[in-house]
Amino acid sequence: MSDVTDATTGKRAPTPDDALRIADSNQGGPVLAADGRPLKRSLNRALRMQKLRALALIAPLLIFVLITFIAPIADMLFRSVENQIVSETLPETVVALSDWQPDGGELPSEKVFEALYVDIFMAQERKLHTRLGSRLNYELTGMSSLLRKSGRGVKRFDTDIYTEQFTALDPSWADPATWVAMMADKANRDALPLTARSWARWVDFLEEEGDDPAKEDVEDFLFTTLYSDLVAGNTGGATDPRIAVAADAVGGFETVSLRDQFKAVDKDWVNPEVWRTILTYSPDYTSGYFLNAVDMQQGHDGPETRPENQQIYVKLFTRTMFMSLVITGSCILLGYPVAWILANLPMRTANMLMILVLLPFWTSLLVRTSAWKVMLQQQGVINDVLVWLGLVNDSARLVMINNQFGTIVAMTHILLPFMILPMYSVMQTIPPSYMRAAKSLGATDWTAFWRVYFPQCVPGIGAGSILVFILSIGYYITPEIVGGTTGTFISNRIAYHISSSLNWGLAAALGTILLAVVLILYWAYDRIVGIDNVKLG
Amino acid sequence: MVDNMSGDRFVEFERVQKSYDGETLVVKDLNLSMPRGEFLTMLGPSGSGKTTCLMMLAGFETATHGDIRLGGVSINNIPPHKRGIGMVFQNYALFPHMTVAENLSFPLEVRKMAKSEREEKVKRALDMVQMGAFGGRRPAQLSGGQQQRIALARALVFEAELVLMDEPLGALDKQLREHMQFEIKRIADNLGITVVYVTHDQTEALTMSDRVAVFDDGRIQQLAPPDKLYEEPENSFVAQFIGENNTLEGEVMEINGGLAVVKLDDGELIDCKPVHPSVKPGARTQVSIRPERVEYNKARLQEGVHTLKAEVLEFIYMGDIFRTRLRVAGNEDFVIKTRNAPDQDRLEPGRQIEIGWLPEDCRALDA
Ligand SMILES: Nc1ncnc2c1ncn2[C@@H]1O[C@H](COP(=O)(O)OP(=O)(O)OP(=O)(O)O)[C@@H](O)[C@H]1O
Ligand SMILES: [Mg+2]
Repeated sequence: MSDVTDATTGKRAPTPDDALRIADSNQGGPVLAADGRPLKRSLNRALRMQKLRALALIAPLLIFVLITFIAPIADMLFRSVENQIVSETLPETVVALSDWQPDGGELPSEKVFEALYVDIFMAQERKLHTRLGSRLNYELTGMSSLLRKSGRGVKRFDTDIYTEQFTALDPSWADPATWVAMMADKANRDALPLTARSWARWVDFLEEEGDDPAKEDVEDFLFTTLYSDLVAGNTGGATDPRIAVAADAVGGFETVSLRDQFKAVDKDWVNPEVWRTILTYSPDYTSGYFLNAVDMQQGHDGPETRPENQQIYVKLFTRTMFMSLVITGSCILLGYPVAWILANLPMRTANMLMILVLLPFWTSLLVRTSAWKVMLQQQGVINDVLVWLGLVNDSARLVMINNQFGTIVAMTHILLPFMILPMYSVMQTIPPSYMRAAKSLGATDWTAFWRVYFPQCVPGIGAGSILVFILSIGYYITPEIVGGTTGTFISNRIAYHISSSLNWGLAAALGTILLAVVLILYWAYDRIVGIDNVKLG
Repeated sequence: MVDNMSGDRFVEFERVQKSYDGETLVVKDLNLSMPRGEFLTMLGPSGSGKTTCLMMLAGFETATHGDIRLGGVSINNIPPHKRGIGMVFQNYALFPHMTVAENLSFPLEVRKMAKSEREEKVKRALDMVQMGAFGGRRPAQLSGGQQQRIALARALVFEAELVLMDEPLGALDKQLREHMQFEIKRIADNLGITVVYVTHDQTEALTMSDRVAVFDDGRIQQLAPPDKLYEEPENSFVAQFIGENNTLEGEVMEINGGLAVVKLDDGELIDCKPVHPSVKPGARTQVSIRPERVEYNKARLQEGVHTLKAEVLEFIYMGDIFRTRLRVAGNEDFVIKTRNAPDQDRLEPGRQIEIGWLPEDCRALDA
């Protein structure tokens, strides 16, 4: 710049580059504010106040968003791994089963069946066993009916012989008030741990029902646990004199095998597979829903793929991705020229045409989708026209609905405005002088378009694509109506699990995977195109 | 500078007319011929058709009638990208998604130039506008003046012989504008390119150009070198549009030996030079005098010239000059400018003086 001089004085005139050069050269120590403190700290303090004030202003909205948006997602994430139902419904069984070796090929011990007896008895009283049955049925078919049958069966178990033998020993055992008194003493509870826990659950249940534990008959299952505790023989510290008497007597009691009782209800109880399933799903948190969502299951040694005929979700996921991509692609192809025309027409005409673009928004989604059914079905308008033109034989009408083709056509139509609008708003901001500049520099029409105009549209295409892709990946109504069996999306399956099969855990896992896929794609997009390169309007 | 071998008809407009709507002519009858290497400025009020002329030359608008020739060849039917004319747009039109170097390399790429040659030329063009260090930046990261230089470099990098600039400095502040005027002129002279430059700013037009075409109402009102334009305006539009000007209205009494006597509306007589063809005895005329050519110091006035009485209304101190507003022949906006010299009078308001001028500085133009 040495030649940028003022002719009369010979001094250099300041130019705008100077500021730049000064800013670049200023690399010494930290800059200080007027009061001598580092400028950065002063600035941060000033900004913090502003930020707090801004935060206070948006607080109501923030709370609203958190409650209505973040909370449901958090709940969904939680549901997809949550599995407390097993340990809550079968608490004793889960504990007793923890040292069972599933690989030994042996059945769990009599202790486990005792625990199961207590748990199922309590569950059927509270009517929770069917819920557990449906939960475990997702993992092993037959569990539902097994539990339902057992719920009915436990009431008719032969365990009344324990009741009879204890009352024969001392009739006061039949009086619930004496149980209340006995269980009030900690020493007795320590001597009879299983009985004490079962009693506590029983009392809880009665109180919830509004009954008095001191008046309701003592059920057989409590005598069974009493017998079990006494046989175990750690009753030294008990204060109730009846316990010592009974402890001496139980050696000669007639017994009943609970395993046989359960086997009599359903042979499945002696199938180790059932027990393995219970053991696998006894922890509070499980990966089972996620494994299920990717067509896998917990096998003998870790996760394994499900049998061929049960695999469905991976296929659905890939189909959803693939079709969403096709829909996004066709939206780009159809939307780009439309947006271009809109952006290059005079304002008045463009606004008129814009109404046509927006028109679909004002029509019910169901109406639009059903209209496609009318258009595309085998006796529909398009087929009729093709047959009339002689292009298609009347006996070989095209199948265009209830398959992938129908879904793609209908969804492209429905999502097209989401592509056109961001493209249009971006194109509108591109001044015509860029194209002129390119041509004046020697570019042909095509080169000018491709090298200069198109790259500047990319933010709009990106925004439109993200919108359309993410919308279509989770679309539900249209595939449901026109998708048939081959054109349905993963969301239809999620809806099925939410409203029909009531497997919310699986639905949540599917939803979570969908969310993860979207986030990954978003991330990938950011890496490749750059998210700051997206312009929605 | 003018290359006589190629003649002085490098760019030619012949009877060019242009209408956008088929009802009004935006360009009415444009005749213009430019020699190679000339720096020609189109100057005119807003809407006078300057941009339209430039666009017709660049090929973005077609002439409704007439012929535009470049190097003797009619270019009416040549598409813009084949004309090889460099262009600097008012908003620069630097491609925002390309770096500065890519912007400059673009015209070379579309000409299928080899990579090494491209880099070489881009570097040379950047150095020419002193922006060598900025090749890797995006246009958005540059200041207005820097963008302007890149736009200039891009119009020059493919060695166009003719460069069109449409108000290239319109968006810059005054100081930077003056600096860039100098730069553009220097580069244009160094490269010997032909430049058609459009501007609103008459100082810009006067300082930069070899010739200035003053546009108004779709016609060139006067085409002349800057000094001639200022000192010898051919009609009252040009006289008023270029520089500051005092106008007195009156009727031509007689024309005698190259001098006309005009009777002003208040009855006083003045001598002036008849310029416009419409100046005939009996016709009305507007007389134009430049403020700095008016003399009130009796000692310096020529013998025998007509003088006018004037009353000082306002005295403005402007540093290097004094600007004094007078009432002359009923006109209250008569301005004189005097140099701030040690012996110069400062005219206080209310004072009665007598003013005069050389007859050839007083030009009788169309009414
Ligand atoms: N594309 C167009 N369609 C219709 N009329 C136009 C168009 N472009 C310009 N005009 C009209 O032509 C006339 C001349 O316009 P032009 O742009 O050439 O003026 P200009 O001298 O460049 O003005 P400025 O100094 O304001 O840029 C104006 O009245 C304008 O309204
Ligand atoms: Mg213009």
